[in-house]
Amino acid sequence: MGTAAIEVRGLWKIFGPKADRIIGSPDADLEPAELRAKTGCTAAVRDVGFEVRPGEVFVVMGLSGSGKSTLVRCLTRLIEPTAGELRIDGQDVRAMSAKQLRELRRHRVSMVFQHFGLLPHRRVVDNVGYGLEIQGVGRSERNEKARRILSLVGLEGHEESYPEQLSGGMQQRVGLARALAVDPEVLLFDEPFSALDPLIRRDMQAEVIRLHREVGKTMVFITHDLSEALKLGERIAIMRAGAIVQVGTPEELVGAPADDYVADFVRDVPRAQVLSLRWICRAPEPGEPLDGPELPADTVIHDAVPYAMASDRPIRVVADGELVGVVSRVDILGAVRPGDGPLVGAAPAGAPGEA
Amino acid sequence: MVSAPVQAAPPVRAPAPVRRLPRWVAPVAGVVAVVALYVAFRGRAVLPHDDDATLFHWLNDARDWVDANRNSSPIFIYVVNYIRLGAAELFTLIQSALTALGWPGLVGLAAGLGWLAGGWRIALVSLAGFAGVGVLGFWEASVETLALTLSAVLLSLLFGIPLGVWAGRSPRVRRIVTPVLDVMQIMPTFSYLSPMVLLFLIGPASATIATMIYAMPPAIRITSLAIQRVPAVTVEASESLGATGGQTLRKVRLPLALNTIMLGVNQTIAAALAMVPLTALIAAPGLGEDLIRALARVNVGAALVPGVAIVLLAIVLDRVTRAAAQRRGGGNRARAVRWGGFAVLTAAGIALTPVMAQEFPEQWQVQIVRPINDVVDWIETHWYVFTGFLNDTVAYGLLNPLQNVLTSAPWWLITAAVLVFAWRLSGPAAGLVAAGCLLGVAALGLWAHSMETLTMVLVGSLITIAAGLALGVAAARSRWFAAVLRPLLDAAQTMPSFSYLLPAVALFGNGRFTAIMASFIYAVPVVARLVEDGLRAVPGTVMEAARSAGSTDRQLLWKVQLPMARGSLLLAANQGIVMTLAMVVIGALVGAGALGYDVVAGFAQQEDYGKGLAAGVALVLLGVMLDRITQGANGRRSPHKKRNA
Amino acid sequence: MRKFRLIAGVLVLGLSLAACGGAKVEDDSAAAPSASAAGAAGASAGGTVKMAINGWVGYEASAAVLSYLLEKELGYKVEKVTLAEEPSWQGLESGDVDVIVENWGHEDLKKKYIEEKNVAVEAGSTGNKGVIGWYVPEWMVQKYPDITDYKNLNKYADLFKTSESGGKGQMLDGDPSFVTNDEALVKNLKLNYKVVYAGSEAALIKAAKQATDQKKPLLMYFYEPQWLFNQVKLVKVNLPAYTEGCDADPKKVACDYPPYDLDKIVSKKFADTGGKAFELVKAFQWTNDDQNAVADDITNNGMSAEDAAKKWVEANPAKWQAWMPK
Ligand SMILES: Nc1ncnc2c1ncn2[C@@H]1O[C@H](COP(=O)(O)OP(=O)(O)OP(=O)(O)O)[C@@H](O)[C@H]1O
Ligand SMILES: [Mg+2]
Repeated sequence: MGTAAIEVRGLWKIFGPKADRIIGSPDADLEPAELRAKTGCTAAVRDVGFEVRPGEVFVVMGLSGSGKSTLVRCLTRLIEPTAGELRIDGQDVRAMSAKQLRELRRHRVSMVFQHFGLLPHRRVVDNVGYGLEIQGVGRSERNEKARRILSLVGLEGHEESYPEQLSGGMQQRVGLARALAVDPEVLLFDEPFSALDPLIRRDMQAEVIRLHREVGKTMVFITHDLSEALKLGERIAIMRAGAIVQVGTPEELVGAPADDYVADFVRDVPRAQVLSLRWICRAPEPGEPLDGPELPADTVIHDAVPYAMASDRPIRVVADGELVGVVSRVDILGAVRPGDGPLVGAAPAGAPGEA
Repeated sequence: MVSAPVQAAPPVRAPAPVRRLPRWVAPVAGVVAVVALYVAFRGRAVLPHDDDATLFHWLNDARDWVDANRNSSPIFIYVVNYIRLGAAELFTLIQSALTALGWPGLVGLAAGLGWLAGGWRIALVSLAGFAGVGVLGFWEASVETLALTLSAVLLSLLFGIPLGVWAGRSPRVRRIVTPVLDVMQIMPTFSYLSPMVLLFLIGPASATIATMIYAMPPAIRITSLAIQRVPAVTVEASESLGATGGQTLRKVRLPLALNTIMLGVNQTIAAALAMVPLTALIAAPGLGEDLIRALARVNVGAALVPGVAIVLLAIVLDRVTRAAAQRRGGGNRARAVRWGGFAVLTAAGIALTPVMAQEFPEQWQVQIVRPINDVVDWIETHWYVFTGFLNDTVAYGLLNPLQNVLTSAPWWLITAAVLVFAWRLSGPAAGLVAAGCLLGVAALGLWAHSMETLTMVLVGSLITIAAGLALGVAAARSRWFAAVLRPLLDAAQTMPSFSYLLPAVALFGNGRFTAIMASFIYAVPVVARLVEDGLRAVPGTVMEAARSAGSTDRQLLWKVQLPMARGSLLLAANQGIVMTLAMVVIGALVGAGALGYDVVAGFAQQEDYGKGLAAGVALVLLGVMLDRITQGANGRRSPHKKRNA
Repeated sequence: MRKFRLIAGVLVLGLSLAACGGAKVEDDSAAAPSASAAGAAGASAGGTVKMAINGWVGYEASAAVLSYLLEKELGYKVEKVTLAEEPSWQGLESGDVDVIVENWGHEDLKKKYIEEKNVAVEAGSTGNKGVIGWYVPEWMVQKYPDITDYKNLNKYADLFKTSESGGKGQMLDGDPSFVTNDEALVKNLKLNYKVVYAGSEAALIKAAKQATDQKKPLLMYFYEPQWLFNQVKLVKVNLPAYTEGCDADPKKVACDYPPYDLDKIVSKKFADTGGKAFELVKAFQWTNDDQNAVADDITNNGMSAEDAAKKWVEANPAKWQAWMPK
């Protein structure tokens, strides 16, 4: 395994006066509300650590105010972290000079914002070309590049418009194009689609998935929408009150929540659509027939239903050619039922998780 | 200022029957105490005026030192004189540029700029306005006034915008700058002149600098506001792409703040135009000179016409900058049309310059001085009894008794009364500042004159606020009345304060009442407008609810509209008082005496210089005091929240 | 922004060009193109003469005739700067004024600007004799014959009470910038009066006319030469007689005003380089009646200053031709 694209260790961000004195003191362990009452400081990010692999889509989710935006801004020091280690591509970001930091932002990491942050006085091409412009790229070159990127995000024909003439979804495509135009290695998204209505949001999510497939960038994606997280994230980190409670694949979160908070979070997730057979299989009972259909262990439960219906024999679950257990019709029904509740937006065919 | 809270604020002085005792007991007890103390200590601890106060002599000595070292002290040779030189150069540059354009060229350029800023409508306004100035027969003087205004505005923006940007970016700078700006805006225009003359002598340079200082606060304030209002996300987006601070400023902050900054420019121009005529007192050329000469001859017509010329200039500059502030992008074609029209109009004007006469053609000028004077003469001879009666009534009935009380009361009693009053009305900080200002006035040795000025301000504001309230309420209730009133108020507001002295002099002769009448005409428009706006801002839903409960119109006014417009009413009172002070002071030019006279005498008589300078400071202190007392107004303190900053 | 930078650049450039050894106020070439350019020029090509205009019509009459001759006969351009008396002297220093046409005494200013600073020069008498004093309308003298003695003024103080005089008699003064000792006089002569400033000459004149027409009591500051004396009868009140030096300390004055020989003051620069313009200013001299005639036309006959000057010039060729430089 090569170096991680992003590596974060013991990261802290405390807003307020004399913030650096709090870290290491007993106050650091206080709950945020108590800390604020006692010192007037807000601990927005508390001792956070994680790694993002190159090319991975890493999702951070949590409730409003849990510190997601602060965390993602700390990655390029748009907000200066109070303490901790921070590496991108092996380079120490916190040690960077202002100039090096600018180079990092200009060429290697770019960001998409919830409220777009477009420049209303510039046409769409000029917005997309803005990153190149501040790098000193000449007009014709950046216009050419901007047009190419705009067609990539499906906005050809709108180059000359002003942002206010576009719909919200289109504006966010411009924001996306602006981030892509500088050809960064890493893309940071801070709740990019929260301001959009559900249908457009779904389009945009598909867009991101497509882009990820086409350009293969490392992505850190912030959201407070669980279904979005499950849909996009290879791994998901769950934040609560500034700290990361659990990091794992969607399956791991749903199947083995680390605490009640996470469990609460994932309660309404249709388990059958996220979990694989591995999570419900058991050792065959004595006398149970072992001639039923055979399915790989990472088959999503939902997909196993037809097999269970077709045969009254328990399904044999295999991994790497070995039997890891069996699942009976009853087991499958038991796993499906609690998830019969509200099913968020996704079509049954496009089930989340890896195919 | 339209901060009408939805939950009706409890009125300060509710006309409704009072239920709990303490609400009126405390004020009444206070008033009784003050009256009792006054009766007991009357005539003691008074501070009579002394022309020979040591402070005045010190200031005279300081002036003498400056005079003697103007050409030898390094501060002057290397700093002050260069500033003067630079300002003079700028003025000459702009003036000769404007003159070189010739009148057709300048009219063309104005129309072109109007077109550029706001299409044919504004172009027409510019054209008519500038041509009108020529028709009135004041072309040359107007160009000088324009040149002076433009140089001052240019300098104001040159310093004001960067300062505003800085203040907008840094809360600490903002905290330092805000109170300074407050004082600058309260300062009566008159107070600026003596120090300017000391440093920069008389002449257009001095005038430019004085006007620049006077006009700078709005530029700083509004730029700072504009920069603060730039959405944080946009700035963050720019930074996230690796923009340097400078790049973000140039490509994001300033462009996004531009429209608002243009409003700042608009306000700066308005302030400069208010100041420029007054600088004629220190030898600035332009329309102000005509005003002063008319004043010396008590020639109402000759004073009104240049006043109207200034109004025309003001309207053109206002409309053009306002339109520029509203301008939105638009496509390439729109841009081409804008610039094309600008080029065509300007070129047409300039092309006509060599063809047309150098001076604005005399046959196009209309003479309206004579008819105006005929009307004034008629009024003077026929209304004499009435105006004399009015003058005497106010003087004997209000001014003299009040002045007697204020000058015969012990200084500590007045200070204490102000302290308590301001404290109750606007909070402890305001009370302390107000009382501190009064102590300062006493320390300056100008107590008696300050009390005389205060008398005029109190009586003047009383009349002004009463009339402004009546007009504002009437305008808010009748669209028809508002439609008639608005343009009148607009014009009255842009008229230079000077111009108001003369009609008042013609009607009431010289003296304090004349100054009060002038300040009345000067301040009523603003008061009336603020009242009207405040009443109109009362939400329709609330009015509807009150009406559906069966309120009569009168109940609606007293129980809903006025209490809810409290913020605007207080602001109106605050503005009315500050403006009255500024004008009453100028009234010294027509015999109103007191501090204003000290200031005028200060730059007209050598041995009075120190007194004049001190009087300028005393005026500032009085202004700050009055402002603080009524500061509950400026939204700095709302009835619900605690004071914020 | 680009525009600002440009202007700032121009300013800095201008300053640095001038920045060799510091700036003195007379270096102020930009503000004072002045008559210097006109030095040797003939009648056709003149320079500019900056003439202070003080706030009384007699002054304006003299200035009108002078500028008419400068413009029409010598081809100069005259810029009139409306100013009070003392600021006019400052203008001589700052370069905003070349000529003061009618100066009333001002020994202190002469000392400062002529002797000490050496920026101004006397340019001879205007020929006008100036008188300043306290006046009452003639009808009052008929009614109260002893009123012309200052010692009796307190007796009549009640007559002169107005709304502005705070219970005392009113002593009406003109413009605060005029030469006046009245506050000191009232104080030092122990008069029960208060000095009230009407603000201008015109206001004084109006008061005098009203006092005569409506038989209203009036005590006021006034002066000669003044056209009004041809229309309204005013009588001077006798103050303690003037003696040389009795007015040396302005705060302690207790005597009448001195007789004034009105004179012209010009800036040093104008005297040195003003050429024919300076010669004309220096030679200008006329009588009180001449001035009153022109002032009367300006004030009462609805003429502009220029028209009134033209009328006088056309009627008195012999007088002005004597002033013209050879
Ligand atoms: N500049 C700041 N100064 C002080 N406190 C801040 C600042 N920015 C954020 N906070 C606090 O830090 C905490 C985390 O905020 P943050 O914006 O990171 O939350 P979030 O998870 O992004 O929430 P949301 O989903 O609403 O965007 C909040 O309590 C917030 O009030
Ligand atoms: Mg957020």
